[in-house]
Amino acid sequence: MADTVKLPEDSFKRINADDRAALDSEKIAAPSLTFAQDAWRRLRKNKGAWVSLIVLAIVFIMAFGSLVVSPHNPNAVNPSYANLPSKIPGIGINGFNGTLVQAGQRIDAYKQAGASSKFYIMGTDYLGRDLFSRVLYGTRISLIIALVATLFDLTIGVTYGMFSGWKGGRIDTIMQRIIEIILSIPNLVVIVLLILILKPGMTSIIIAIALTSWTNMARLVRAQTMEIKEQEYILAARTLGERPLKIAFKHLLPNLSSVIIINTMFTIPNAIFFEATLSYIGIGISSPQASLGTLLNDGQKNFQFLPYQMWWPALILSIIMLAFNLLGDGLRDAFDPRTKE
Amino acid sequence: MENDKNILEVRNLQVNFKTYAGDVKAIRNVSFDLRKGETLAIVGESGSGKSVTTRTIMGLNARNADITSGSILYKDQDLLKKSDKEMEQFRGQDIAEIFQDPMTSLDPTMKIGKQIAEPLMVHKGMKKEKALAQALEMMKLVGITDAENRINDYPHQFSGGMRQRIVIAIALINYPEILIADEPTTALDVTIQAQILNLMKELQDKISTSIIFITHDLGVVAGMADRVAVMYAGKIVEYGTVDEIFYNPKHPYTWGLLSSMPTLDSSGDELPSIPGTPPDLLDPPTGDAFAARNAYALKIDTEQEPPFFKVSDTHYAATWLLHPDAPKVTPPAQIVARQKKYAEMQQALVAKQRPSVPVEEEEEQQ
Amino acid sequence: MAKYLAKRIFYLILTLFIVITLTFFLMKLLPGTPLTNQAKLSKSQIALIYEQYGLNKPVWQQYLLYLAGAVRGNFGTSFQFSDQPVSYLLSSRIGPSLQIGLQAMILGVIVGIIVGAFGAMRQNSWVDTTATVVSILGISIPSFVLAVLLQYYLGLKLGWFPIAEWGGFIYTVLPTLALGATPLAESARFVRTEMVDVLSSDYIELAKAKGLSRTGVIYHHALRNSLIPLITIVGPLAVNIMTGSMVVENIFSIPGIGEQFVKSVLTNDYPTIMGLTIIYSFMLCVVLLFTDILYGIVDPRIRITGKAN
Ligand SMILES: Nc1ncnc2c1ncn2[C@@H]1O[C@H](COP(=O)(O)OP(=O)(O)OP(=O)(O)O)[C@@H](O)[C@H]1O
Ligand SMILES: [Mg+2]
Repeated sequence: MADTVKLPEDSFKRINADDRAALDSEKIAAPSLTFAQDAWRRLRKNKGAWVSLIVLAIVFIMAFGSLVVSPHNPNAVNPSYANLPSKIPGIGINGFNGTLVQAGQRIDAYKQAGASSKFYIMGTDYLGRDLFSRVLYGTRISLIIALVATLFDLTIGVTYGMFSGWKGGRIDTIMQRIIEIILSIPNLVVIVLLILILKPGMTSIIIAIALTSWTNMARLVRAQTMEIKEQEYILAARTLGERPLKIAFKHLLPNLSSVIIINTMFTIPNAIFFEATLSYIGIGISSPQASLGTLLNDGQKNFQFLPYQMWWPALILSIIMLAFNLLGDGLRDAFDPRTKE
Repeated sequence: MENDKNILEVRNLQVNFKTYAGDVKAIRNVSFDLRKGETLAIVGESGSGKSVTTRTIMGLNARNADITSGSILYKDQDLLKKSDKEMEQFRGQDIAEIFQDPMTSLDPTMKIGKQIAEPLMVHKGMKKEKALAQALEMMKLVGITDAENRINDYPHQFSGGMRQRIVIAIALINYPEILIADEPTTALDVTIQAQILNLMKELQDKISTSIIFITHDLGVVAGMADRVAVMYAGKIVEYGTVDEIFYNPKHPYTWGLLSSMPTLDSSGDELPSIPGTPPDLLDPPTGDAFAARNAYALKIDTEQEPPFFKVSDTHYAATWLLHPDAPKVTPPAQIVARQKKYAEMQQALVAKQRPSVPVEEEEEQQ
Repeated sequence: MAKYLAKRIFYLILTLFIVITLTFFLMKLLPGTPLTNQAKLSKSQIALIYEQYGLNKPVWQQYLLYLAGAVRGNFGTSFQFSDQPVSYLLSSRIGPSLQIGLQAMILGVIVGIIVGAFGAMRQNSWVDTTATVVSILGISIPSFVLAVLLQYYLGLKLGWFPIAEWGGFIYTVLPTLALGATPLAESARFVRTEMVDVLSSDYIELAKAKGLSRTGVIYHHALRNSLIPLITIVGPLAVNIMTGSMVVENIFSIPGIGEQFVKSVLTNDYPTIMGLTIIYSFMLCVVLLFTDILYGIVDPRIRITGKAN
């Protein structure tokens, strides 16, 4: 067996504890990652989430940047340039070159309108307003509504959920019943009722959306709170007599953050969707203000003949929704250790 | 097969897992035999690769597993060369497995009778009624009281111990040649543990199966196993009969395991546990993986991997301490006591059967 | 079980009572009367109309009358069509809505299950990628956008389906597709996640250890365990369909309650809005009750203990 092999003289010297310790530390420790680092690593690997983040950044910059620089005034009416199709300089593809088919013939709409030198990259609407500027404007309004509503929704939902989960017992039961009742009326119906009462407009849309969509957040936060509150450090803080509010902010909230962040990513597109639906129905944002919903509604009227007027806002709306959903998915996977590969 | 007493021969098995940080070398050249009708215990700390070994035998490894070398011979067939489809024939028929946690290993939405009968329907093509009748017999055999009335119950209606009995019934219903039990009692409380272990022994006699018994608790091994293999960091470091491992251990890691095991005559004080943690299998150390935690480490342990040294025909250990040039070391007091007891046992044995071989010297030999 | 059922039905009634009460008093806060839409009327005419709508009584009496009526399915008279009781308006319009709603739900859930299950079974393959893309698109594209696109391309351009008309089954195809997309996407996502979870569970490992084939494992163990929880999202999906139908019915000119709701909102037809709100809540409550009971029936863990959650 192996003992026939001749080994160097000093091979069988005992080695002492220090040397052994050195043996241990010499090795490069496995890249042990904290939870946040691990989540970050997984998020970075998620291409969909990354692209979404970049797309959203661009959408935000353009929508809010257009407050400062906008290609045209989104509300400037110019009847002689009405219904011009999209024209992007340097692109000759039909649909993006300012031509459209009229009476079986492809004609240059810009020439016809006496605007050969101009270009509207998304075309113009029935009043000759620059669609691109209006889409930027509409996106901004939609985003503001969604973000503010989500902020309220978050505040209500997190507070409600934390309180309900923390208190437990009877209070919790009653609070959960209330949520059940709210959930047994379709959201949109409640929103519509609230808007009727509050008079249509941006503020009432925000309030209506915020008041109806916090239930999901509340439920998730409650469940998580119930789990966390049994944990030792919380019990310790409680027995040490720390004030509940302090416990909530110092111990609870940080541990709820992943749930809150993930759910927020799904609340925002929901709010955008509700706003668009309301404006589409005709009780949301009204002219001359624009949101993606009103633009869709305007565009849909002429969809048969001037499909680009709906395609553009539809495309932007879908891209925003898609990006938020993908980002939310990415975050959920990143925060969920079970999806570890 | 090298030896027709063997039902399973694992040779030079190497399994890596591909992860983002690199390859985890979970099994590093493992070989062992399983004899017909015996119980082989595989013992080792958490993460030593016990479960990966059994999953590899079953062909149920995780998707990122990569079996880089080795063979697993069962009845002259190499299981590692079988396709997924072919492996289905062996699983649940020739080789069955009992899992660690009975609370999660039963389908919560299927009646337990059907769950027990399933392997019969799959492998024997049995009709449901017949299979259920046989399942009922099995339920009685594993000690489920009132089996007739409980056959249509769901898992959540049973206690943990009862569920483990059901899992055992599932595993044994086809009278498998090999039963793999991966820590079958770890999740149960102590009194139930003993019952389950007794049941397994009892059934092993009844249906003559060979058992690979995985555990990290040497305490349960004594009563269960015929032979023991000690595993550390993806390798087997020592193997022998139960008596040899318990009373004449040679590997410092085995010494550590035995010292940290509560015994009847241990004073009940704090048990010494092995200091340190197992090495990182992403980048296993050169030489003996145990060296960094080994109070008896030699210089060569950090340079060269120890080969297996023969202690007896049935007992081998991979430690440089067994090399003829190695310094004589005194194991921990507890181990010395064990070895003394072992010597006495051997003497008694020899005394009984006079005309046999001279007493084997169990000091540093060869 | 009976006790549980009784409790649930009690909650259903309580919920509806609260909904009726809330909508009634909310509506009382609203400006405008049935006369808002009409030309100038003489004092006596106004008195007559007030009488007709019971608006001259004290509010609490109006409330009790309304409550008593609502229990019997009588929601008063429409402001918009002054000779029509709201209940008639609703009952004549609920059929089309139920039809496309149910069709959309069935289509969405069934196709969703197939898409989700295949995705989970072939994790990270092209099948999975396609399934994920389909479901994420379905969730991201609002149903009314899809409705317009379907109407234009499949209806108008290709002429495969009639548009903006209501008749037989063929007229329901496009609205069903438009409404079914989100439920499809949501259930595909849900089933995929559930199934991935189930597939990594211990009992699936045991099923494999029994020697079941891949399909056997899926068919006998994985599917049932991942589909049972799907029942819990049927309620939310129903909400989604109701919401979507308000716009989609409008686009396809379907004489349903969704279209009516939008019309009533735009014309301040409060009695009809109230009636519809109650009907919507009632339908949702029934769906929730139904799914709850169904869950109890198919999940043995709940069946025995007799309580949900
Ligand atoms: N799918 C996998 N991917 C990466 N590494 C894995 C995978 N499965 C197992 N391992 C690694 O392989 C090593 C052996 O794991 P194994 O489950 O066999 O340990 P064990 O001896 O059964 O421990 P325990 O007593 O905890 O069950 C561990 O280091 C583990 O991290
Ligand atoms: Mg294990």
